Amino acid sequence: MAWTGNILRVNLSDGSIASEALNRDWADQYLGQRGLGSKYLIEEIDPNCDALGADNKMIMATGPLTGTMASTGGRYSVITKSPLTGCIACSNSGGFMGNELKNAGWDMVVIEGSSPEPVYLYIENDTAELLPADEIWGASVWHAGEWLHKRHQDPLLRVSAVGRSAEQGCLYSAIINDLHRAAGRSGVGTVMASKNLKAVAVRGTLGVANLKDPKRFMQAVNDAKKVLAENAVTGQGLPTYGTQVLMNVINELGALPTRNTRDVQFDGAHDISGEAMHAPRASDGRPNLTRNAGCFGCTIACGRISTIDKGHFSVAHKPGYWGSSGGLEYEAAWALGADTGVDDLDALTYANFICNEDGVDPISLGATIAAAMELTDMGVMTAEQTGGIEFRFGSAEALVKGAEWVARGEGFGRELAMGSKRLCEKYGHPELSMTVKSQEFPAYDPRGIQGMGLTYATSNRGACHLRGYTVASEVLGIPEKTDPLTTDGKPALVKAFQDATAAVDSAGLCVFTTFAWTLEDIAPQIDAACEGDWSVDKLLTVGERIWNLERDFNLRAGIGGDQDTLPQRLLKEAAKTGPAKGLVNGLGEMLPEYYALRGWSADGVPSEATLARLGLN
Amino acid sequence: MQKSLSIDPQKCTGCLQCEMACSFEHEGMFNPSRSRIRVFTFHQEGEFVPYTCTQCADAWCLQACPVDAIIDNRELGAKAVVEDRCVGCKVCTIACPFGTINYQQATGKVAKCDLCGGDPECVKACPTAAILYLDADQSGYDKMRQWAARSVTAAQATA
Repeated sequence: MAWTGNILRVNLSDGSIASEALNRDWADQYLGQRGLGSKYLIEEIDPNCDALGADNKMIMATGPLTGTMASTGGRYSVITKSPLTGCIACSNSGGFMGNELKNAGWDMVVIEGSSPEPVYLYIENDTAELLPADEIWGASVWHAGEWLHKRHQDPLLRVSAVGRSAEQGCLYSAIINDLHRAAGRSGVGTVMASKNLKAVAVRGTLGVANLKDPKRFMQAVNDAKKVLAENAVTGQGLPTYGTQVLMNVINELGALPTRNTRDVQFDGAHDISGEAMHAPRASDGRPNLTRNAGCFGCTIACGRISTIDKGHFSVAHKPGYWGSSGGLEYEAAWALGADTGVDDLDALTYANFICNEDGVDPISLGATIAAAMELTDMGVMTAEQTGGIEFRFGSAEALVKGAEWVARGEGFGRELAMGSKRLCEKYGHPELSMTVKSQEFPAYDPRGIQGMGLTYATSNRGACHLRGYTVASEVLGIPEKTDPLTTDGKPALVKAFQDATAAVDSAGLCVFTTFAWTLEDIAPQIDAACEGDWSVDKLLTVGERIWNLERDFNLRAGIGGDQDTLPQRLLKEAAKTGPAKGLVNGLGEMLPEYYALRGWSADGVPSEATLARLGLN
Repeated sequence: MQKSLSIDPQKCTGCLQCEMACSFEHEGMFNPSRSRIRVFTFHQEGEFVPYTCTQCADAWCLQACPVDAIIDNRELGAKAVVEDRCVGCKVCTIACPFGTINYQQATGKVAKCDLCGGDPECVKACPTAAILYLDADQSGYDKMRQWAARSVTAAQATA
């Protein structure tokens, strides 16, 4: 089985709560989590609904392997229509919330409507209730969590909550669980807050059982754990340096977007790298990194736990930030650091803590601050407009203040909270927004890693690295090395990564396993756990089906092939330094071939034959 | 030869593989809330600490049990609950100074670590070797060796 077969449906408008049976046909076609949650959402909402209106729904979905002993099998996703992009949003989080939901007996929680008053959803196994949240409305995620643990006198309660940024309408607010794990992108937290839902608190003690073949499952799990342990990336690189193992590598490759992507290499990269997090600080002799940490069931443990020097300007006289907390991952370090030109590691760490404390996506935050810095540099924005602080590239003070203002919905933070697209449009320079479909792109410059240009342009949730991480192939040689500087073969590579990733995201597993695992390692685990026949081929078909389903939602929401593009800077301004010097991204060469490989028309619409082949017509 | 669990919190990443392995072995399901070994997170300090029964030689739980439901397996050095005898009175949970024997609502009995009959699942599941199963008389051997190595380094530094 692996699925619990139960869905919790919560209507915030009328306060009703009901249990219903999981649609098993859909589970067979979409597996779980991202795929299955997307299917439910798409069946139930109008793609043209107001993302922040009562008609939008928000689904918290686990995968069939969530809560099992499969390595990294603790994940859940939040699926909804994004207020930032207007596309379908699906944000995936680790930590310990996914397994708790599963242990409480639920494959998914479907949240609909909008509550007249602030509430939180309390789930204890098969009982669920909506309770008043007046006392924590206006509180940070961290304070809300503390209050909920006290209120229920239960230290084992798992909490997913939104912070002040979401309450104040920041369009890229995250939902934070376990203090520093995030369903981070596309403003899923903003949707939750728009429904007056402050938190979901879960306690599950029922266990996860009923696997199809437990003995075979444990064998497959143990074999796969061994593969992770013996792989250089998942067995050594990620536990030691986290995803920050990439900072120096990508910089040397000339693919580190710097100062709002004006440059592709950052002279301060080493100072904000994974290596730097290990080095003792000059000030207090302690390293930034306390230790690594694992999410539920994860045998990689790439998570960073960090401290900030107590004397650092960002936390001096603020003892609340002196303890250990979730440290910098690569994407956050890039966005808050290289993209803003700030090379102060502790300032970046503090901005990251602030993002966790109040539920902000650090990628979108950093990229939006970087855009404000370029507007300042051009003389379009002045300190008068930016809260009395000059938003100059490299200013740690501007970064720290910008993060605090967005997190708390104060002053100039309200403008930054719109995201870079809307900010740059407001100030008359839309070309300075480094976004695709209004979502800020992450830490890989598509001039230096060509395949990532196509990945960003075609991602169904707006620019994103996690939808088709060709960096694995183009930089790390996984599963085989391709040249990052050419477009040859990239359309097929991007499609293959997109389809496989959609399947992994639907299983309950972390995509980082795929540095070591192929679907050959994953399929036996799913097949031993789940009813049905789960081969590699079937998983690829499921992945492709999910991709086309998401595409169809976006097309019906009015977001078509004309938006499968990149900021002009990446297409017209050549990289100035490094191996990619002189290159722009060759999206124009890749896109038509990609559409053809997908079985889509020249303007990016899936053909009838494609839809029929995938059972989507 | 008796062996005992030797836990090194410095190596623990908090992933809970041990809790799942334990509950799967004893309850046939993945269920951290029913694991006999538990991992504690100390967030501010950035520490993860696995904790379970140390198998006291003269065990409080065994002494306190009014129905002799806790037996001493001398060969393993384990104190194990005989489920058929346990009446769920919870006196052992009060007697144990460490909190490592607990009542389970689902069964109406108490549960504690029994070293899995000499092949502890938590040890096999741990990805970082934070839990080892060592000769009970020599569980400090590695630590002693580390301190011994320091004296070698110190002697070299002086020379």
